[in-house]
Amino acid sequence: MSNIGSYEQRLTGFDWSIAAKELEYHDGESINIGWYCSDRICRKGSADKIALYYQGFGGADKQYSFNDVRLASNTIGSFLQALGLVNEDRICLFMDRVPELYFSFLGILKIGAIVQPLFSAFGDESLFVRLENAQTRAIITQKKHLAKVRKIKDKLPSLEFIIIIDPIETKDLKAREIAFSFENTSPVENLDIFPTKAESPSVLHYTSGTTGQPKGVKHVHYSLLSQYLTAKWVLDLQENDIYWCTADPGWVTGTSYGIIGPWSLGITQCVLDSGFSAQTWYQFIEKYRVTVWYSAPTAIRSLMKAGSEIIRNFDLSSLRHLASVGEPLNSEAVIWSEKNFGKPFHDTFWQTETGCIMITNYPGMKVKPGSMGKPFPGITGVVLDAKTYEPIHEPGRIGLIAFKPGWPSMMRTYWNNEEKYREKFVNGWYISGDKASIDKEGYFWFIGRDDDVINTGGHLVSPFEVESALLEHPAVGESAVVAKPDEINMEVVKAFIALKPGFLPSSDLELEIMNFIRKKLSSVAMPQEIEFVDQLPKTRSGKIMRRLLHAKEWGEEIGDISTLEND
Amino acid sequence: MSMEEMKDLILQYVIKEYLEDEDTEITYDTPLISSGYVDSFSMVSLLVFLENKFKIKIPSSKATPEAFDSVNNIVALVNQYLE
Repeated sequence: MSNIGSYEQRLTGFDWSIAAKELEYHDGESINIGWYCSDRICRKGSADKIALYYQGFGGADKQYSFNDVRLASNTIGSFLQALGLVNEDRICLFMDRVPELYFSFLGILKIGAIVQPLFSAFGDESLFVRLENAQTRAIITQKKHLAKVRKIKDKLPSLEFIIIIDPIETKDLKAREIAFSFENTSPVENLDIFPTKAESPSVLHYTSGTTGQPKGVKHVHYSLLSQYLTAKWVLDLQENDIYWCTADPGWVTGTSYGIIGPWSLGITQCVLDSGFSAQTWYQFIEKYRVTVWYSAPTAIRSLMKAGSEIIRNFDLSSLRHLASVGEPLNSEAVIWSEKNFGKPFHDTFWQTETGCIMITNYPGMKVKPGSMGKPFPGITGVVLDAKTYEPIHEPGRIGLIAFKPGWPSMMRTYWNNEEKYREKFVNGWYISGDKASIDKEGYFWFIGRDDDVINTGGHLVSPFEVESALLEHPAVGESAVVAKPDEINMEVVKAFIALKPGFLPSSDLELEIMNFIRKKLSSVAMPQEIEFVDQLPKTRSGKIMRRLLHAKEWGEEIGDISTLEND
Repeated sequence: MSMEEMKDLILQYVIKEYLEDEDTEITYDTPLISSGYVDSFSMVSLLVFLENKFKIKIPSSKATPEAFDSVNNIVALVNQYLE
């Protein structure tokens, strides 16, 4: 029996107080995610239960009980307090998926500070704009990523503390750098948990838009209610499950469902910190007897590419429930997983801004391959007419996916950008920026983005950010960045570049520009293809017509080109 | 170019371009993709490097994570397309 039972019955009279009651939370009381994910689980008698199985590259295995997690998060919290860090200070996590990241996440929350997780593959420019925007006071990182931090720290006067969590000689530390070792620090048994309230800020995740710099999505401790209940009903996490969320905590899935959801339920989870290979992933599932697996379409398509034969080498019979997030899950992937694992992947749709799963295929519900599913109970999800912003009632007609605001994990603002935040709401609806249609049975069907943001392997990339970085390369005169279709990643970044006089197109220059972007922004933002052009299509007012280039890549109708300047 | 020179050239390129921690030591057999030293998005730039350096064209169907998973694997792949 699944946790949700009957989806239809859950819709009737749904109220988020269901989650509050299970979490024993009452309006107006303190609510602290760090405490809920560790101390509370220990108090409820699961102190010795394994919270985390960790496997690093090369088979470095570790395991931690909920009590270990409680103590480690207390210890780092206490250390941060001793440095003078206080509630609402922004503290960045810039690490690979190591256990210390998970402990630090909870420790920061416990002292009332705001966690700012950033993807460790970010280049120095990507790191800089996010730390500057948040006026981050401290960053916790690893020695391997220190060079990127050192490169930008002089431009960040607010960044007072650079904390390195692996062994480093004192003589190698530079100004503002401090070494911290979990192993060599006495565990702190009792830490005064900061009495955060429902609306106290908790996590600051950055997301990309079409224009402007990345936006810091501010969440609050009250988000716990959404993350707890969706993890329970959608991912169907149960007492004896071994859960594997493949997402990196640098992105929202890796925190909402890679930390908060499972641990607030007291579920054992496992983390694999290594690169992708089908063999490694299947071995990992077999070794830890994973029961619930939450992954992404790009990974699933990569597994499909590796073939079905390899699956027979492993015992994957422990798998009980599979779900996917990050980009639309194509019907072939659902059918393939049913055939090869004996169960379908259940697509889930949500965003950094929503904080929790919004539309999904539920355990026990008929999965329509290729469909996004139906809104979570308590979530009013519709598609809106793009001109009138009124809900569309006609089945199959495409519109903008929108939600009625008010669920617990809804973002509270964009950091330092209230204006952009307000733009997300029209006619009393939160506008997601994605398009879909709804069929006559109420299932949503994803169509695509309503803007130019590129979704590559589940990562959102801003064309503006890449174009801006490209302009810093000495050879680039102007550029236009668009999505290009890709079999594995759904979309990849493609750049059209007009060179400055004196530079000639060459494959060596192409490589140089690729590496330039990879190091400055990230490998995700690196153009997977560069096309050198003499000039870019522009309107008569001089604006680059990105949509023309996009249409060309996707084999679509070009549409109205009456404003085109250089035909 | 000898086999050893080719191996060393690729190894030095990987160290220079992809390894963030200067103290990391890798050999011709060190897994690059499955270890996470080179991620799947970065593989394209490594492919372009190989094609430029050795004046070859490697079909995208052959540029798999397994074929790129160590310097030795890469050299074996490149050798298939060298005249």
